[in-house]
Amino acid sequence: MTFSPELEARFEKLLKSYPEGRESSALVPMLLYAQDEIGAVTPELVEEVARRLRLTPAAVESVVSYYSMLRKHPVGKYHIQICTNISCQLTGGEELFEHACRKLGIGNREVTPDGLFSIEEVECLGACSWAPAIEVNYDYHHKVTPEALDRLIDSLRKLH
Amino acid sequence: MPYNEPSPLEVKVLTRRFGLADSASLDTYLATGGYEALKKALGMTPGEIIEEVKLSNLRGRGGAGFPAGTKWGFVPRDSARPKYVVANGDEGEPGTCKDRLLMEYDPHQLIEGMAIAGLAVGAHAGYIYVRGEFRYIIRILERAVEEARGRGYLGGNILGSGFGFEVYVQSGAGSYECGEESALLESLEGRRGVPRIRPPFPAVSGAFQSPTVLNNIETYSAVPAIIREGGAAFAALGTPRNGGTRLFCLSGHLNKPGVYELPMGFNLLRMIHEVGGGIPGGKRLKAVIPGGSSCPVLKAEECDIAMDFDSLAKAKSMLGSGGVVVMDEDTCMVQAARRIMEFYAHESCGWCVPCREGTNWLRRLLRRFHAGEGSRSDIDLIGDVARNILGRTFCPLGDAAAMPTIAFVEKFRDEFEAHLEGRPCPFEGRRREVPAP
Ligand SMILES: Cc1cc2nc3c(=O)[nH]c(=O)nc-3n(C[C@H](O)[C@H](O)[C@H](O)COP(=O)(O)O)c2cc1C
Ligand code: FES
Repeated sequence: MTFSPELEARFEKLLKSYPEGRESSALVPMLLYAQDEIGAVTPELVEEVARRLRLTPAAVESVVSYYSMLRKHPVGKYHIQICTNISCQLTGGEELFEHACRKLGIGNREVTPDGLFSIEEVECLGACSWAPAIEVNYDYHHKVTPEALDRLIDSLRKLH
Repeated sequence: MPYNEPSPLEVKVLTRRFGLADSASLDTYLATGGYEALKKALGMTPGEIIEEVKLSNLRGRGGAGFPAGTKWGFVPRDSARPKYVVANGDEGEPGTCKDRLLMEYDPHQLIEGMAIAGLAVGAHAGYIYVRGEFRYIIRILERAVEEARGRGYLGGNILGSGFGFEVYVQSGAGSYECGEESALLESLEGRRGVPRIRPPFPAVSGAFQSPTVLNNIETYSAVPAIIREGGAAFAALGTPRNGGTRLFCLSGHLNKPGVYELPMGFNLLRMIHEVGGGIPGGKRLKAVIPGGSSCPVLKAEECDIAMDFDSLAKAKSMLGSGGVVVMDEDTCMVQAARRIMEFYAHESCGWCVPCREGTNWLRRLLRRFHAGEGSRSDIDLIGDVARNILGRTFCPLGDAAAMPTIAFVEKFRDEFEAHLEGRPCPFEGRRREVPAP
């Protein structure tokens, strides 16, 4: 498998950040950074990372299945993660989630047919004081109203 | 401050650079007393540094409130293995959003605190473990580390002292359990975040089977001020045995929710009304979760309380991680309990049976209950299942799920009864509009 030079540079730096012989410590961030580049943790990626870190593919798989951000199937180009945990629930997070599903015509963890959007109901994002909070890919949005979400989705759609 | 306006009642020690132009840059940091504490610490013995931290009454800001100086003192002086400093930036406890700000606006303060910890315990490397969702923060931290290295505040020979310390930034990938110290160390070593059996504690065998100091981001961020101004000065800001200030994350039904730095022991009602601007629409206060979702809820009449670790423990709750979740009279407590249990059931790592099965049973019971399909005996069953998780797991996640549930049932039994016999949730029609930003 080939990765971009930036990703290779990141791997190289990561592998140097642990004590000698502990390179497999890089596993979790390596998978996440690689997923960001190729869209999902594919079987080829599992093989590749296992080979580089001298682990078995099964050991890598078991780690993949543990972490909620690691996924085997691609999400939409804009992955809308909506927090409905307690602080967000109190300020309309659940309604926001329902609104997003209606607007895009998809359910939790589904992708729109054009591949542009996906929705995921997530746990606390660490933005509770500015609730309800969402994260689109890695961008935070705070105090999000249904109208603000509509505007955001419409503006992202216009880019395509 | 891009997230919320500061309050005039704040006492800004850790957050004093928030809002300055380019507050994350090394230049801003140096212009405002940055790395002075590290210079001072380089002239102190490890014992003197630890004494100063003990004197400050700094207690861990990650949740349990363990005295930081005491924890540092547990690290064996002589060790054949290298030692490590680990900063917990997993920030997963619902209601908590403060470490993010400390990393975003003042990363050098954290780095300086970690280097001083390294000096105190004889460690030469530190890891900042950051939850995967905080990608932009990882970039900020990496830039700060580069900058600090470039000018000799990190690296093999800090400021010509002969002391070396490196800092590395590690990303998580979505797991609340990885905020638990031993699960975090597992994750840092490239494995599933399953907790370790203790003892040995991390101070003796932590990262890479080596002695490790592990503290919360805010705990380390307090260290430069303690060394610079002295432990006694920091202690004096708070209450006895609860030194300093802390970042309280006010959320829920408030006119001015936000993160505010207030002295330990600040009164909770004042926090709600004077700092947080009171409750929207003139509604009455019903309940407060005082320190993140794992802390037992307080009824309104219990909220005239000093916010420090000991006062909250006396009230049979916890100060936790500083997440103050305010709920008004229209909030359904069954719904709140249900949502919190959805979280714990989702996040249980599945290793201990009482936690894995118990949180799942509780989730089912609370869902059923809120749907109006609960029976009277379910009310006791909920408490019963929760009590059977308590103390029966390897890590405190089980307790974190059980304790708030027991409190919800005990303190708001009437609301559980109001959901019986197919009656719709009495608060259903009162769900609010989303407040204007
Ligand atoms: C399930 C669980 C999740 C936790 N999550 C965090 C967290 O996100 N951040 C944190 O600092 N501590 C968290 N803790 C507490 C840590 O285990 C540990 O006590 C703390 O990081 C120690 O730092 P301190 O002494 O400075 O508070 C968690 C504990 C448990 C049981
Ligand atoms: S509860 Fe939604 S961000 Fe914390």
